[in-house]
Amino acid sequence: MQNRLKNITKSRLFWPLMALALMIVFNIIFVDDFLKIEIKDGNLFGRIIDIINRAAPLMLMAIGMTLVIATGGTDLSVGSVAAISGALVCSLIGGDFKGVAQHPFAVAILAALAVSLLAGAWNGFLVGKLGIQPVVATLILFVAGRGIAQLITEGQIITVYYKPFAFLGGFAPGIPIPFSIIIVAIVLTIVLLVLKKTALGLFIESVGVNATSSRFTGISVTKIKFLVYTFSGLCAGIAGLIISSMIRAADANNAGLMSEMDAILAVAIGGTSMAGGRFSIGASMIGALIVQSITTTLYAVGVSAQVLPLIKAIVVIAICLVQAEEFRRKAFGIFAKKGGVQNEKAAAKL
Amino acid sequence: MAENNPILKMFGICKTFPGVKALQNVDFMLRAGEVHCLMGENGAGKSTLIKVLTGVEKLDKGEIFLDGENILPKTPLEAQAVGISTVYQEVNLCPNLSVAENMFIGREPITAGRINWKEINKRAEAALEKLNVKIDVTQTLDSYSVAIQQMVAIARSLDVSAKVLILDEPTSSLDKNEVDKLFEVLRKLKKDGIGIIFITHFLDQVYEISDRITVLRNGELVGEFETAALPRVQLVAKMIGKEFDELASLNKGNVAVANIEDDTSFIKARGLGSSGTIKPFDLDIKKGEVLGLVGLLGSGRTETARVLFGADKADSGELFINNRKVSMTSPIDAIKQGMAFCPEDRKKEGIIGDLTVRENIMLALQAKRGMGKYITRKEQEQLADKFIKLLSIKTAGPEQLIKNLSGGNQQKVILARWLATEPDLLILDEPTRGIDVGTKTEIQKLVVKLAEEGMAVVFISSELDEELRTCSRMAVFRDRQKIAELTGDDLTEHYVMQTIAGGQNDAE
Repeated sequence: MQNRLKNITKSRLFWPLMALALMIVFNIIFVDDFLKIEIKDGNLFGRIIDIINRAAPLMLMAIGMTLVIATGGTDLSVGSVAAISGALVCSLIGGDFKGVAQHPFAVAILAALAVSLLAGAWNGFLVGKLGIQPVVATLILFVAGRGIAQLITEGQIITVYYKPFAFLGGFAPGIPIPFSIIIVAIVLTIVLLVLKKTALGLFIESVGVNATSSRFTGISVTKIKFLVYTFSGLCAGIAGLIISSMIRAADANNAGLMSEMDAILAVAIGGTSMAGGRFSIGASMIGALIVQSITTTLYAVGVSAQVLPLIKAIVVIAICLVQAEEFRRKAFGIFAKKGGVQNEKAAAKL
Repeated sequence: MAENNPILKMFGICKTFPGVKALQNVDFMLRAGEVHCLMGENGAGKSTLIKVLTGVEKLDKGEIFLDGENILPKTPLEAQAVGISTVYQEVNLCPNLSVAENMFIGREPITAGRINWKEINKRAEAALEKLNVKIDVTQTLDSYSVAIQQMVAIARSLDVSAKVLILDEPTSSLDKNEVDKLFEVLRKLKKDGIGIIFITHFLDQVYEISDRITVLRNGELVGEFETAALPRVQLVAKMIGKEFDELASLNKGNVAVANIEDDTSFIKARGLGSSGTIKPFDLDIKKGEVLGLVGLLGSGRTETARVLFGADKADSGELFINNRKVSMTSPIDAIKQGMAFCPEDRKKEGIIGDLTVRENIMLALQAKRGMGKYITRKEQEQLADKFIKLLSIKTAGPEQLIKNLSGGNQQKVILARWLATEPDLLILDEPTRGIDVGTKTEIQKLVVKLAEEGMAVVFISSELDEELRTCSRMAVFRDRQKIAELTGDDLTEHYVMQTIAGGQNDAE
């Protein structure tokens, strides 16, 4: 028994899950109707559904970000790429008041994703082929990306009245769960399948731990890096579609603003080392849910938008501390030893 | 006399790592003004003992006395403060800082609240001058050879006024001249009453410099001996704990294949070269032979191997494999052609530290097969188990992280990685560096056996003994150029040395 508990606490999902549980317990106590899910017009509604729905873009970015960080890099451009993608899809559909699309919906989506892929490939080229430091390389698009998005929308906020566009970030006809959740599920399934069926995950970890050794072992470091940044761009592009669909408009300035930080935070909370190496997509997903639920919860308990970042930072610090082994040992070694049950009690007391 | 004054005493030291008892009740005593060799096989506990002493690792049990005072260093800095300085096996300095910065990092002389750079540079120069090293101390450390870097590390330790100086394999990357210089310095320090702990695998050096020897085996103390009273064979026997398998009796095998027609060459290089690292050379490598690449450090032996493997790009000449012209731009091309390469720098270019032994073993095979054809978990485990047994790799299990293994066992894992790809040509660059006598012999035997089974092996080593024992042919390098090929009767120590030196006496 002792041993099994030890194994559970050692699992890399344990502490992220613990933090998420803490958030949920807090919500159950302080937020009214937190667990309530109702059906309106054949669609599911409720706070939990809302959190997952709003977390969808972040989860997508976190999937790409996890792989990038696992190679020892980072991608600062995901927010800007999301803005580009949103701008392109909106401007291709057009802001016709009668809700008529200028170009077919599918064409607009594919074009936006193709451009996102290209943006990611650009990052991959800079980091993988030219060997530029990831922060610097992706900073280029971080800065330039919103300018590109402005160019696409010609400085306007394009509002889209074309109905089906709202499906992406809302509900598609006949499906009771938000469509964004389905998109995340599809992308996640594909990624996990690829990681399970190919050696990609191992190669990514190997490159992250020691790129020189990996090259000598026959792994094409350039290719792996190119691949993960390109994929991260694609993920950001999909996220951009959802974000713009949620507000039914292309907002080049604010779409996905600061979301690169949230994505990195989600990965960090998930326990993937910023130095690269071992990673867990699942843990990053939990991290993304934690980040989003912090925001939603704080709004729910009436924290104003102006002071929200401060409270968020404090909560994040607390979560990081709980996850840090050194801190746990010093602060509450008793709970760490006895494992999950005790900790939840402690959390409930807080 | 001062020589009999115990300066450092360690009693009942215990240290356990996950799955391994690294040290069990080990006692150690160092006297002022002596050079004390710490000997043992890989995983015997030498490095762990040093790490405990210098505060890198926390000891589980035991006591340490320095000058009669009970000490327990918790960090290397604390150890340094009480007078215990260390030069580690692998150079542990910052390659992108200047030499002077490296020497004074953490203890910069300060004038009026600011770092006194003039003073730092002056003192760094002076400290290096004591070792007869005259270099520009304002250049970054990585612009110098490993040997110089090692010297800087030593100079740094000497400069931190030390009572106890620990040298962990300091000589493994130094050439004869540099070793002599180092020993001169050590003798001077001895006279000053400093206690020196010296870890090395070179028996010659042990007998040249040391006064006493402490032998460890499997984490336990075997005993402390006076160097003069302990014959070599007995020392080795104590280290490996069994009848000493006479190194000299290693059979070179019947590699009379050297006479076979040129067409059987697995590899033919014609005018292959890479500007700045190795001048164009011709080289044939046949299946079933062990070809030695010999020469001094930086002579071009490693560079040749790297060009063959595609690790450095060749910018002239042609390469034929099985008489087919190939062009290689990266290691994976070479691997697909049946090559394998154990690089010189195990830590930086060999192991992937945070991955398990199993993953480290299967990685090259996976790369060779391609990313899409994922080796099943079951096959991975079989592979790992097979090689752990075959090469007797000492590990708690296949799921142990490779960084937790001792140097020699890490090297075996790298060997396993390449043997798993069933290569036609195996290139080994200093495979026995920093490895104990027992494993050394094992690897040498393995090399000869592999060649007998039909593999082509390229063997690079700075130890001529080792080369002479294993190689059936040698290519000699000097000043980034291949200058000769030796076979048969030419393979004597004297003649090879002469060829390396180039006949004339250019001593410095």
